[in-house]
Amino acid sequence: MEINKDLIAASSTPIVLAILAEEDSYGYAILSRVRELSGGRMEWTDGMLYPVLHRLERLAHVEARWEVAQSGRRRKYYRITSRGRVQLAEERRQWQAVDATLRGIWQALALRCATAAGSLSG
Amino acid sequence: MTAQDRAVSVEEQIDQWRSYLRQRQAIHSVDVAELEDHLREQIAGLTDVGLAADEAFLVAVKRMGDLDALSREFAREHSERLWKQLVAPPSDTGEPRAAARTDAIVAFGLAVVAVVVIKVPELFGLQFDEDAAFYARNLSLFVLPLLTGYFVWKRRLDTRIGLWLALAFVAAAVLANVYPFASGGSTEALSALHLPVALWLVVGIAYAGGRWGQPGGRMDFIRFSGELFIYVVLIALGDAVLTAFIVVIFQAIGIDLEAFIGSWLLPCGAVAAVVIGSWLVEAKQSVIENMAPVLTRLFTPLFALVLVTFLGALLWTGRGVDVERDLLIVFDLLLVVVVALLLYSISARDPRSRPGAFDAVQVVLVVSALLADAVALWAIAARVSEFGFSPNRVAALGLNVILLVNLAWSAVLYIRFLRRRGSFSGLERWQTDYLPVYAVWAAIVVIAFPPLFGFI
Repeated sequence: MEINKDLIAASSTPIVLAILAEEDSYGYAILSRVRELSGGRMEWTDGMLYPVLHRLERLAHVEARWEVAQSGRRRKYYRITSRGRVQLAEERRQWQAVDATLRGIWQALALRCATAAGSLSG
Repeated sequence: MTAQDRAVSVEEQIDQWRSYLRQRQAIHSVDVAELEDHLREQIAGLTDVGLAADEAFLVAVKRMGDLDALSREFAREHSERLWKQLVAPPSDTGEPRAAARTDAIVAFGLAVVAVVVIKVPELFGLQFDEDAAFYARNLSLFVLPLLTGYFVWKRRLDTRIGLWLALAFVAAAVLANVYPFASGGSTEALSALHLPVALWLVVGIAYAGGRWGQPGGRMDFIRFSGELFIYVVLIALGDAVLTAFIVVIFQAIGIDLEAFIGSWLLPCGAVAAVVIGSWLVEAKQSVIENMAPVLTRLFTPLFALVLVTFLGALLWTGRGVDVERDLLIVFDLLLVVVVALLLYSISARDPRSRPGAFDAVQVVLVVSALLADAVALWAIAARVSEFGFSPNRVAALGLNVILLVNLAWSAVLYIRFLRRRGSFSGLERWQTDYLPVYAVWAAIVVIAFPPLFGFI
């Protein structure tokens, strides 16, 4: 299943912030986590994560630091800030509102289909 | 292919990928490091599940996404990076940064020295505004030795060459001050005008730092000179604004600063501007696009148009050239502008690219300038007995001949190039080889003219 670009772009901020709220992480690990959580349904183009991270860094929602990983390479780790947590809570409220709305309409649609089917058979 | 071979070739491929990424203006080298870490992690993950190293590389690159799109995305997030910044250099360069700081400190130090040096004669009772002749003769000696010193230091030049350059300045200082010039005479003015030109060659030798013998080294010096000129003009404009504000706001509280500006701000600002301008050109040469070639691109077609129209009008109306005293100087200046336009478009052109429309415009410009100058020279030659040979006229005539020879041979070389009979580097070489001619002529005017014409 392909999720459209706009949806991926809109959801990238809460997803990245939420993953960083779990623990500090770096690009590749964040992407792996997204893949794991979505069951492979959300396919991000790997490179595109980095401009998102840099934007969050500029907005001070995350902080970055360079560390030497076990492999001996330098790696850039990101950590969510208190501002980031506030932002995450806000995003969460908004997404829940969207989710609730959609859920409501899906239910209404399902009911209508069911009654239509009922009246047809009756 | 063994596993080890594959690993080696993957390293090479990563190198290539990295250098390809580095060319992107919006992606800085820290970002490249971050992306490379990602790529390597991805490759490691893929080889763990059974892919061969080179296959893993291909998949990892594919997953990273289209580099153009990625670069665009980075540019959108970091729009400031598309404007190359000089004042705030990218923070990801560790080692060169310290060097840049030393460089800046030395340059500002030299600017301060220049400011002090130009005020030293005042200790001996020579006022900047009153002893204008002394300052005019020696102006280049206050700043060019410091500039030369800067480049000798920066290029780590041989002390022997440094001594020769110093000797040139000493000789110039002696010449400028021992000749018994008649007060307000034209040989004095000529000497003051030509000395900086002759000494500029000394700066050039220091600038090229051992590459003066190569056309490339001299071409770099030409580029440097053009950029420095533009920087000094810009700094001077800023200075003028600053000065205007100083005058007006202090006048508002009843303090008159005109004397201070005339004897302090103006001379000190001018010498400091040359030193700081040189440092800026050096510091920014790889950061900001050169301006001089941009200006030549704009003005070459315009000058060509004006000259062709002028020649057309001359033919159409059949009017002779009205010979006035300053005519020769006007045409000298015209040739200087045309040579500069030619020089700075050559300096920015890739010698390997094929002749194009702009080259044709360039040839039109050079040929029409030659024709216009020939017409003017003809008119002057007809009446030269009437005017006589004053030092000014001989100097103007000499300069005209020098520029004419340069342009005539340039036109021949350029037309050969357009007809694919010659290479562009021939033209480049001719221009860079010609540089010493200007300096030698200037030196002749400084050294030989005053005694020849009896110091009038």
